[in-house]
Amino acid sequence: MINNNIYYVAFLCASSILSGCHNQQSSTVRDNVLVYCSEASPQSFNPQLVTSGTTFDASSRQIYNRLVEFSPGTSLITESLATRWDISADGKEYIFYLRKGVEFQTTDFFEPKRPFNADDVLFSFQRQWKSNHPFHNTSTLGFPYFESMALGKLIKDIVKLDDYRVKFVLNNPDAPFLATLAMDFASILSEEYAQQLILKNDLAAMDSQPVGTGPFQLTRYQADAFIRYKAHPKYWKGKEQLGGLVFAITPDPSLRFARLIAGECDLMAKPLPIHLKATADYPEFKTLSEPGSNISYLAMNTNKKPFDDPKVRRAINFAINKKLLIKVVYNGNAEMAKNPIPPNIWSYKHSTPEIPFALDKAKELLDSAGYPDGFELELWAAPVQRSYNPNAIKMAELIQQDLGKINIRTKIVSYEFGTFLTKVKQGQHHAALLGWIGDNGDPDNFFSSLLSCAATSSGGNAAFWCNTEFDELITQAGRTSIIKKRTKLYQDAQQIFSQSLPWVPIAHSKQFIIAHKRINNFHLAPTDGIYFSGVSLTPLNESFVSTEKKAN
Amino acid sequence: MLYLALRQVLNLILSFFVLTIFTFSLAKAFPDGVSFIVDYVPVDIYSGDSLLHDSQLNSSQINNFRLNESEQNENIFISYFHYLSQILTGHFGYSTVRGTSVFSEFFIYFPATLELSFGAIIFALGLGLPLGIFAAQNKNKWQDKLIVSTSLAGSSIPIFWWAMLLVLFFSLLLGITPVASRIGFEYDIIPVTGFMLIDTLLSKQPYSIDAFFSAIHHLILPAIVLGTIPLTAITRTTRSSMIRVLSEDYIRSAKTRGISVAQVIWKYALRNAMIPIITVLSLQISVLIAGSLLTETIFSWPGAGKWLLEAVNRRDFPVIHGGILAIASVIILSHLALDFASMLVDPKWRQR
Repeated sequence: MINNNIYYVAFLCASSILSGCHNQQSSTVRDNVLVYCSEASPQSFNPQLVTSGTTFDASSRQIYNRLVEFSPGTSLITESLATRWDISADGKEYIFYLRKGVEFQTTDFFEPKRPFNADDVLFSFQRQWKSNHPFHNTSTLGFPYFESMALGKLIKDIVKLDDYRVKFVLNNPDAPFLATLAMDFASILSEEYAQQLILKNDLAAMDSQPVGTGPFQLTRYQADAFIRYKAHPKYWKGKEQLGGLVFAITPDPSLRFARLIAGECDLMAKPLPIHLKATADYPEFKTLSEPGSNISYLAMNTNKKPFDDPKVRRAINFAINKKLLIKVVYNGNAEMAKNPIPPNIWSYKHSTPEIPFALDKAKELLDSAGYPDGFELELWAAPVQRSYNPNAIKMAELIQQDLGKINIRTKIVSYEFGTFLTKVKQGQHHAALLGWIGDNGDPDNFFSSLLSCAATSSGGNAAFWCNTEFDELITQAGRTSIIKKRTKLYQDAQQIFSQSLPWVPIAHSKQFIIAHKRINNFHLAPTDGIYFSGVSLTPLNESFVSTEKKAN
Repeated sequence: MLYLALRQVLNLILSFFVLTIFTFSLAKAFPDGVSFIVDYVPVDIYSGDSLLHDSQLNSSQINNFRLNESEQNENIFISYFHYLSQILTGHFGYSTVRGTSVFSEFFIYFPATLELSFGAIIFALGLGLPLGIFAAQNKNKWQDKLIVSTSLAGSSIPIFWWAMLLVLFFSLLLGITPVASRIGFEYDIIPVTGFMLIDTLLSKQPYSIDAFFSAIHHLILPAIVLGTIPLTAITRTTRSSMIRVLSEDYIRSAKTRGISVAQVIWKYALRNAMIPIITVLSLQISVLIAGSLLTETIFSWPGAGKWLLEAVNRRDFPVIHGGILAIASVIILSHLALDFASMLVDPKWRQR
């Protein structure tokens, strides 16, 4: 009899363990916490130091604010920590009027004594700019964005006019400057916290224990396991509805999907095409997609023969079956490209003629260029998956087949990604499959980085194509801040591009995320970012809880 | 007894020296003077997708990491003793990825592995002992043959396959166990000891009991997966050892005195049968550590095995090196502990 009772109790215990103890309390806890299955650990919690989207998702997009920001789900610029700004007539001076009463986060390690002011802006930029700043050399990562965008040369001075007014003085007018200030690396850090760290002699904490003005604050982080946030109670836009936010770091995409299906996460980053198909079987999940702000292209090295001949480049453009590439390599989840910028970037020229897949025309052009028997081509492709190109090697193989039909004998060359990029920058390739993800929604981000004459020496311009007319247009467009004028200039530039064709523009891939339907008000940003501000959760199915309670 | 204990400790020191010589030569073998990417390039290891923006992968990323001049020219013996003094004072270096001390990181991740291994051992002993005894009692009957053949099959299962099968069936099909991690993410548990089962109970949150059950719930599947190979080893050893003991004279005389079968087995036979089982158990420790690499990766269990594997993927040499050293030291120490345990169980040892 006693034995029987013991078994009974043991059975009850076991069953309660197995059922996971879904009582009322735990379900209300779950209803307040959003779990996001992310793809990797962040490199740092300071967005100034890095360029990876994963790190921005974990830091700048939840913890920090910028002077100006992109309005949710678009690439339009709106106010944030700056309520308004004046730009001088010559485009060289920007005065920002700062928001009053913005509180920094109070954490275990820092208690702010003053609200946000001009000192914080000065600190955040001077740290990246001045090599003698005490916080300039606290990490080995450097300031890749600040440096690669040459802001050190662009900015002449940053002046504090009073506590709530800051003036940026530039050496030359730069139209994308506002968009630049909305980028993640321009996040505003706390100067008061920095002073406190100097006293403690623990400067490195600035980057590992973040303090910002943003909607969420970091509570705990374990590398390769999780990041926990809670809502910032004094957030200037009002406290978030979500009480807690957890990034469950799960590098394996299949495990991410399994966790999503098992209800351990509400949101899954970077699903594979197979997951998108499988999601259809689960009514409680939805797939969100967004045309990505990216481009994948085949750059032809115009420094090398025969690619200096525009006819040959045009022939190659005609000979590649882009439709098939999109179907096979992207599983159809991409748009065909014809311009060097994606369609969701303003100034995109819709009237550019599409180049069809036409082998006879390609052959004709090759004949007239003097290559009736074709030539040897080294096609470079990197063995990595990128968001703009899920499988470059496969793409290269398909292109190899296409080009074979017009007697171009293609050899595929591949190196480990770092080596690949270094060698491409040195111009060792004939043609290379590359891509670009836009960071700030400004066309300049594509044109200057990839096709300007300056970028031939820095290596961003892998076609080594330097067209003075084109270069003049994009330089002019970078100097004015009148959008209408810029649009016209960029469209003229696209006209020249489509005549000269230094690339084969291939595709703009879409980006996806799978979400539980209880998530409300979540948007994918076109600049590839995850923002949880403003997101709320519908409580999990109430009836499910009550029936289980009855069963217990 | 004291002599034996001293001998064991001497053994320990000796094996530790051999270990340090090995890890030291490992450190020397790491590519130095060769150009390779050292900075952390966060890569999605399964798809190979570099998570960096292309613009960041410039030449500054590719650093030449060389030993500095004085270190290169140092006499190898001097540098070995330099190295030894460093690790004896707990200086295992710093992660090139995170910049944190390897020694302190080890103590963040290792408790998770320990907790998982305890779970696995409890599973293996709790099921293996009764099964082995049952098989021994029914020697050569069909029950015995069934147990022996299943345990043979079990010991040859690839554990990642077994884990996936269990996850597929129990987590995804039946939905009764979680897929991964140590605890439901809704529970915010502050680490005190590093053992989730203890920390949940120490936590002052209103949901600490729920969190405790959630932690047990998350432990079940990984413990079964990790414990499967030790389970088969323990079952077979218990069986053979029990068969041997049960045929001895003192058991027969105990039986003739009319002592109940349960008492004979659990009180008289098992104690003597335990000695080879403890030996097998001590051999299973390295199996557990090796298995934890796979189990932790599959279940996203933030333990030392996964920590080490991630370090290998990122070429984080100080972590690889310090982690190997620390884990190997733990194995040596636990062997010592089990040796003492078998001395306590075995009266023959005590007499010496």
